Amino acid sequence: MKILVCLKQTFDTEAKITLDSNGKIESKGVSMIMNPYDEFAVEEALRIKEKGEGEVTVISVGGQQTQDALRQALAMGADKAVLVDPGEIELDEFSTATVLAKTIGGMEYDIILGGFRAIDDGSAQVVGRVAELLNIPVVNVVTKLEIEGGKALATREVEGGSEVIEVALPAAFTAQKGLNEPRYPSMKGIMKAKKKPMDKKTLADVGLDENQIAAKVKALSFSLPEARQAGKVIPGEAAEAAKELARLLREEAKVI
Amino acid sequence: MIFKLSEEQEMIRKTVRDFAEKEVAPKAGPMDEAEEFDYSLWDQMAEMGLTGIPFPEEYGGAGMDNLCYAIAVEELSRVCASTGVLISAHTSLCSWPIYYFGTEEQKHKYLDPLANGEKIGALGLTEPSAGSDAGSVKTTAVLDGDEYVLNGSKIFITNGEKADIYVVIASTDKTKGSKGTAAFIVEKGTPGFTFGKKEHKMGIRASSTYELVFENCRVPKENMLGEDGKGFKIALMTLDGGRIGIASQALGIAQGAFDEAVKYSKIREQFGKSISSFQGIQWMLADMATRIDAARLLVYRAAYLKDSGQPYSKESAMAKLYASECAMWVTTKAVQIFGGYGYTREYPVERMMRDAKITEIYEGTSEVQRIVIAANILK
Repeated sequence: MKILVCLKQTFDTEAKITLDSNGKIESKGVSMIMNPYDEFAVEEALRIKEKGEGEVTVISVGGQQTQDALRQALAMGADKAVLVDPGEIELDEFSTATVLAKTIGGMEYDIILGGFRAIDDGSAQVVGRVAELLNIPVVNVVTKLEIEGGKALATREVEGGSEVIEVALPAAFTAQKGLNEPRYPSMKGIMKAKKKPMDKKTLADVGLDENQIAAKVKALSFSLPEARQAGKVIPGEAAEAAKELARLLREEAKVI
Repeated sequence: MIFKLSEEQEMIRKTVRDFAEKEVAPKAGPMDEAEEFDYSLWDQMAEMGLTGIPFPEEYGGAGMDNLCYAIAVEELSRVCASTGVLISAHTSLCSWPIYYFGTEEQKHKYLDPLANGEKIGALGLTEPSAGSDAGSVKTTAVLDGDEYVLNGSKIFITNGEKADIYVVIASTDKTKGSKGTAAFIVEKGTPGFTFGKKEHKMGIRASSTYELVFENCRVPKENMLGEDGKGFKIALMTLDGGRIGIASQALGIAQGAFDEAVKYSKIREQFGKSISSFQGIQWMLADMATRIDAARLLVYRAAYLKDSGQPYSKESAMAKLYASECAMWVTTKAVQIFGGYGYTREYPVERMMRDAKITEIYEGTSEVQRIVIAANILK
């Protein structure tokens, strides 16, 4: 079983987001992590591999610092990593998916996994686009995955419940919270990760040039949420204060 | 000099910090209150390979260096000093002497399960009248046939009662004093080996501290660790390394208290602004950060010296002395920054200040560290 996991390096969930002088998101000095949804995908890939035989390859599109996230996946137990560094160009979901699909196109695979969304831009598009480009089925927001005899039974969230989908392999699946509890890398895993292959490629190496992946969507501007207003304390007797609170909620906040 | 950690040292810090914050930190307060460790954490640490970091893979270890080990103890202690000392005593005080002085057979029989976390280890050295004067142990070991018969008691034993394997220092020839001592590997459950009083402590309350009692406890001859007559020397060499573990623990406690203090100083408002905007608080934070960094450099240097096979007795004593005094100072300042809230159990700095004190006492008091340092300077 050949399993590929697409992963992204994102800002730490606790990182404080600021904008630079050009109005772009400041990434300097921000600590980076593996996108938590992709961690579910890596864990699931490892569990599938551990049930039988298999090989897990993790793939990312990003700069050299993305190696940290890939190395973490290797320390968790993945076998190989591929990093495609597109250089200094702006990417949108189309660009990233095109690079991934082109890279994956030259590889063997039965299963492609990824987080259903990244916690930074939250577009929830990339794995679906990759599946489309590779012409394979995709099942989204999966919370349970069983693989048997060239087929997969995937349980996914739907409004008010869940549905079970059977799909023939190869296929792509996106991980939702609840799929599993990702393991911590072990000390031995960390030692082994150093020796595992990290294949670093450029766009040219995968047969693409900048024009072919030029972003189709351009972000016009970014803005930070407005600072939260200080809370209001309503003084007085409880009954009177409650009355005033109800009035404010209705007339000022307009929430009731 | 290169002040940069290797890729795996960085990775171990990130991994252990992640584990410590998610799994250990929520339990640190409740475990302290209950004076009871949650050993499901031990199982998780064993799974991750944190129970045998600096030992070769062939003996069940992770095959990492002592600096990695120091970083792991630091990160665990940053959120819970009891978890830090559990790993530190297990690794430095029990597994290490077996690794360093043990026969191939002893290593496979005892180090393997210790390093892979199946078993927990402890060291039995201190006695009521042999604390800093560790050479004057009264516990005796008398050869009788193929076994040594142990009699006596050990006090203040970290991991006592919870550990499965104990390295015990006993006197085999009273006339020779500290040169008439030997180290033995004693398994829990050996007839005649029981546990006495449990200590109720000021800090590291989740760490189990017990008295060990030996009454005609028969230990197979082949469980002697190293040579007869070398018990005291084994104990001293073990403590040289143990100091790196405790120094790392102290460093972690200091860093944990500092991080809490920085966070709190930014959100706590008095006189209409955050207290971090007052110079009085800023200077405290600056001094805390500086001392912690100095402690870290001393601790990492000691670990580096050990890793590179150079003498480290003086440097590990300096690291332990400075880091423990730094932990006490920094946690006291952290409580001060928290003010009245810092004195309550609502915030972790109260626990951290209680935890810090022991690092100035166990595995050699600050006074003993100064003796070791001075002896190295003046020799």
